[in-house]
Amino acid sequence: MSILSITNLRLRRGDREILRGVNASIEPGELVALMGLSGGGKTTVLRCVAALETFEDGDIDVGGVMLRPGPQPPRATIRELRTRVGMVFQLHYLFEHLPVMENVTLAPTNVAHVPRADAEKRALELLETLGVAHRRNALPRELSGGEAQRVAIARAMAMEPPLLLMDEPTASLDPARRGELGETLVQLTASGRTLVVTTHDDDFARDFATRVIILAEGEVVEEGDPRQVLTHPQHEATRRLLQSARKAANG
Amino acid sequence: MRRVVLLLLLFASAANAQQPVFRWGGDAEGGAPFVEADPNDPSKLRGFDVEVAEQIAKGLGKRPEFVQVSFSDIDQSVQRGDFEIGMSGVEDTPARRRMLAATIPYFEFHEVLTMRAEDQGKFSTLAALRGHRVGTLGGTIAYEKLLSAEKTDGVIVVSYDDDVHPYADLRSGRLDAVLLDNIIAVRSMRRVPGLWTEPKPVATGHYIGVLATGNTALRDRVNEILRARMRDGTLEKIYRKWSIWDAYQPAFFASVLNEQSAKKAVESGAATKQIDVVLRYVPALLRASLITIVLSCAAMALAVFVGVFIASGRVYGSAPVRALLTIYVEVVRGTPVLLQLFVLYYGLSSVIRLPAFIAALLGLGLNYAAYESEIYRGALEAVPRGQLEAARTLGLTESQVLRLVRGPQAFRIALAPMTNDFVALLKDSSLVSVITVIELTKQTSIFAANIGSWVVPGILCAALYLVLSLPLSRLAGRLEDRWRAATE
Repeated sequence: MSILSITNLRLRRGDREILRGVNASIEPGELVALMGLSGGGKTTVLRCVAALETFEDGDIDVGGVMLRPGPQPPRATIRELRTRVGMVFQLHYLFEHLPVMENVTLAPTNVAHVPRADAEKRALELLETLGVAHRRNALPRELSGGEAQRVAIARAMAMEPPLLLMDEPTASLDPARRGELGETLVQLTASGRTLVVTTHDDDFARDFATRVIILAEGEVVEEGDPRQVLTHPQHEATRRLLQSARKAANG
Repeated sequence: MRRVVLLLLLFASAANAQQPVFRWGGDAEGGAPFVEADPNDPSKLRGFDVEVAEQIAKGLGKRPEFVQVSFSDIDQSVQRGDFEIGMSGVEDTPARRRMLAATIPYFEFHEVLTMRAEDQGKFSTLAALRGHRVGTLGGTIAYEKLLSAEKTDGVIVVSYDDDVHPYADLRSGRLDAVLLDNIIAVRSMRRVPGLWTEPKPVATGHYIGVLATGNTALRDRVNEILRARMRDGTLEKIYRKWSIWDAYQPAFFASVLNEQSAKKAVESGAATKQIDVVLRYVPALLRASLITIVLSCAAMALAVFVGVFIASGRVYGSAPVRALLTIYVEVVRGTPVLLQLFVLYYGLSSVIRLPAFIAALLGLGLNYAAYESEIYRGALEAVPRGQLEAARTLGLTESQVLRLVRGPQAFRIALAPMTNDFVALLKDSSLVSVITVIELTKQTSIFAANIGSWVVPGILCAALYLVLSLPLSRLAGRLEDRWRAATE
């Protein structure tokens, strides 16, 4: 029984066909790296799963919650979906007007109606696990990129979604930080969570992902064990992806 | 041929161009019988003041030329030299005699009480009006008289900028009596039906001409001319023509020609020192500032409250709701607030008779709500989309997103323009004097009219406005700094 199943997902914006029939099935406990060149549709897939985009064709099944083509899904569907899917944005989008602690407790207290004291206790645990507890009174603008990212993860984790989507978490990190992030994500999957992470970083995928899915021009072109796929690429798009990653690393 | 042209030219210039001009100032809005546009030829003026001015010009061997000036500005205008003499129902007051060169009085009038016909005999004195609302024209002897009656007899004084609305408000029940010159009372009773004027006068006053302080030589010549026209019956003829000659005038003329009374008035006027007058007005100014600040704060609170609803409706509402709110905003922003105040207070008075303060509060508040709503709408739309998406993915409902994320962030963006608006509102609150609310600016102009100078009242008034607005700007500045630090 997969936790996320995407079938023939198509999405068009104006004349541009962004997704041309994406298929993917993800099992509980996986850490999936979604890779591809910029403009390949990685982020769009995540946004569709989080119901931030509507799509033209296909369907998305998040553990029984079905997203279908057409206008915004009904409110009840959205409410159900939110309990199952969390999202960490590339630019974090921490609530600028709230300190770190309140960023993390906002949803538990207002959506899950957890008492404030309990929510703060849980938030502190999360922030400690992620190594940013000492920043709990800081405002988002005072955080470094890495700190902001870990707060964003804590904020999403506070609602305990079984499936967590992360958009380009490695983009703003230096290699040492990237390793720390990978360890953290592996720990999260160890506790039963499922992660889908978009990334440009093939080393990161090789070291931490259980599976890699390569997306090119709106289609899945290759998928499988990261070591296998990224060491012996079968598809032209995968080779180009690796070249460009190498260039970026050397340059 | 050439000769004829020359002759014509000579004739024309002798009759017109070469005859020196005598400029006199007055307010044609004051209307008959003082000064009004001739209904048959609106380019010409008529009225007893017009004819008295013509007599003076004739006596000086000059051609009269009328200069229009608003009634309350006559004193200031003659002092700065806009015309030689100001005269259209200008009252003889100690302040005028102190500040300007005043002529001898040329007409005696009486302050009389007008009431609704059904109240005939009920309010024959000011003392009988305890606890009742009495209206008059601000900055006049009648107003001063009412102010002292406010203390001694407990009447409630309502001041107007003109002498037409008091009688309309009397008829509609907003007032219980009007105290004004008998000439105005007679005229108004002709216009407004169902009124009755108590014949026994409350006070006596005189009309004079005023000239700039240094212009005593001309003043003395004008006095001679006025006396001569009193003696030879010309003034009586003019007054009879305008039906304002009454039993009081002969005795009054006699006393003026005696020349004693005018001197006395000058002396008694000079007796009160200016500093005493200023001090006498300070409590009134402070009271007026209180009205200004209470009115501004309440109107701003209303504007913020209504503005938030309009902005939310325009961002989140359905198409018809958005259209309705857009119309409201455009109509309110596209018409003068002065007009809106008039409509609320006078226009709606047949449907709902709002008290002046409430009408002022509603007028300013609803007007500013339109501006506030535009600020909030802009601020709501300026909150980055990512902030909203992050909130949605956490499971917040749309109303929670607005209340917990979008609203608070928009408020920080809106704060600077809001402060601006509040300071503007504080100053715009001076407009409500047109619907009889006496706030700081109105009180200042009454003050200035009574002491005959804007210098001290103007400085005091400006200082009070600054005292009100500066702390506000500083508070907002501090909040802004804190929030800017929090969001940059």
